[in-house]
Amino acid sequence: MERRRSFPDVLAGAMFVLLGGAFVVGSLGYELGTPLRMGPGAFPLLVGVLVAALGLGIVVKGLVAGEVIVFGRIPWRAVGVITLALVFFGFTVRGLGFVPASAVTALLTTLASSRVRPLMAVAVTAGLTVASALIFVVGLQLRLPLWGPWLAF
Amino acid sequence: MELLDNLALGFSTALLIQNVLYCFVGVLLGTAVGVLPGIGPTATVAMLLPITFNFEPVTALIMLAGIYYGAQYGGSTTAILINLPGESSAAVTALDGHEMARQGRAGPALASAAIGSFIAGSIATVALAVAAPPLARVALQFGPAEYFSLVLLGLIVSIALARGTALKALAMIFLGVLLGTVGQDIYTGTPRFVFGQRELYGGIDFVSVAVGMFGVAEILRNLENEQTRTAVVNKVKNLWPTREDRRRIVGPILRGTGLGAALGVLPGGGHVLASFTSYAVEKRISKRQREFGHGAIEGVAGPESANNAAAQTSFIPLLTLGLPAHPVMALMVGAFIVHGITPGPNVITDEPALFWGLIASMWIGNVLLVLLNLPLIGMWVRMLRIPYQVLFPMIILFASIGTYSLGFNAFDVYAIVLFGLLGYVLIKCGCEPAPLLLGFVLGPLLEENLRRALIISRGDATVFLTRPISAVLLAVALAALVVAVLPAIRRRREMVFTEED
Repeated sequence: MERRRSFPDVLAGAMFVLLGGAFVVGSLGYELGTPLRMGPGAFPLLVGVLVAALGLGIVVKGLVAGEVIVFGRIPWRAVGVITLALVFFGFTVRGLGFVPASAVTALLTTLASSRVRPLMAVAVTAGLTVASALIFVVGLQLRLPLWGPWLAF
Repeated sequence: MELLDNLALGFSTALLIQNVLYCFVGVLLGTAVGVLPGIGPTATVAMLLPITFNFEPVTALIMLAGIYYGAQYGGSTTAILINLPGESSAAVTALDGHEMARQGRAGPALASAAIGSFIAGSIATVALAVAAPPLARVALQFGPAEYFSLVLLGLIVSIALARGTALKALAMIFLGVLLGTVGQDIYTGTPRFVFGQRELYGGIDFVSVAVGMFGVAEILRNLENEQTRTAVVNKVKNLWPTREDRRRIVGPILRGTGLGAALGVLPGGGHVLASFTSYAVEKRISKRQREFGHGAIEGVAGPESANNAAAQTSFIPLLTLGLPAHPVMALMVGAFIVHGITPGPNVITDEPALFWGLIASMWIGNVLLVLLNLPLIGMWVRMLRIPYQVLFPMIILFASIGTYSLGFNAFDVYAIVLFGLLGYVLIKCGCEPAPLLLGFVLGPLLEENLRRALIISRGDATVFLTRPISAVLLAVALAALVVAVLPAIRRRREMVFTEED
């Protein structure tokens, strides 16, 4: 029988093993308790072992008879830019205020597409910033300042 | 009939002109905010709640019912149109609803969701009037052991949500359960897996997981091959369900209603199980199993009906035991308390006008929703024509604003990134996000009831097998597991044999 190695299967399995294992290691740091009074560590330990075991199963299956999945390319630019945009929003929305945080987030996100044109990006940014300020701050009375304390002189 | 008198009492309160008017305003606002991409029902209700504080209690509650339905339906709309569910039940709707939208059948999907919800809501209201007191007694039969078994059964059944292999679906489910353990331990208060960050003590927010796994991961997938991609969405064929569609959704709607009404009665979690149990049932009994996951209208109609029926009957545990079935309900309890109504065992008997008025106004909210949204389907479908280069920044921006506004916690926004990347890689490896999401929602219930059952039985683990209801549920769970895993094994054996020939 011809073996079909499946890279996605092995990768997925490895991730489950890793994540399950991480939770197992973490839960050993908490009290395990007794069956009568299970401590905070017992349940994550059990489920972590289960996830790691299932992951191991997926790895083995991936090495012997894996699913044929086309992994495809990763849009690194989009991954980077969207990560940056979300982190920027979370980090600055309180300090810079709603308008600058939204504008920068929207602008960064538009850059995720490789077909973006500068004029288009600026137009989308402006439109989305105005729309979200009107909807959330003016319309829904979200308690966020339009311009934050970091911008006060 | 005393029971019909109750309903009549409810409707006489709810049908006052100004109440109906405010209910309509509630539906309108709820839908308008709920369809914003990235703003789920929880965020919608949270943002619109303060508006109702200005009115007298009855009017406020009726408006709230309108907002609730509007938000729910708005959430289903974004799940169907852009594959962005805002809560666990909508994650089920997104499976086939979004596939239908991609095939140009968004109209029938939206219509069957609205019609299914309406029929289910109506039947469940009557069921509630007839059976509320006995149902409440049944719910009390369920102890922690039964709940543990029920939730475990729910988790196993949710394997059906995935198109891929059962092994991966199981791993995703239990990874979700693990992620649900982040935050303070309910019994000892010990913070778990929080890395010393106080912001994580409350756990990871569901919205962050949903927006990351569905929203961000989907956007990244769409941006993968922009050059080669032509049109994501086919031309919109028809706005209304065809005769064939209508014939196909009758059964799922009725079965979904029955299932939802029964599960909704169970306090603390039954409601969450409703929509995907219905999906699993429809998938199993359907003659066209292959269509599920590829745009089967039954996969939209059934779960949406079940969800709505469960929403109606979950008022029994909500008002009698004070147990909210999901985050939106929890917000509603908050609103009740603001208006001077404290949920407790005696609400049905002590304040019948209020209890039945609320039930009736829920139904009226449902009617208004159908009246408002059926004509608007054409408009929602037009949302699909927004160019993707505008749509995806809008999803990201609105999602970060909506998630942040839930608790003004920047960690919820960072969590979107984490789950977006994790979800993206896992989806690329053939693991689907819906089972993880359900594991995440049900995980805390599983742990809570496991530990409580063991405390009550003094550490005796056989309690799950010696209590009859629990034993039956576990047996069904085992059977479901075997049924889910067996075909894969059998297929592999056949494959091996044919290769040897």
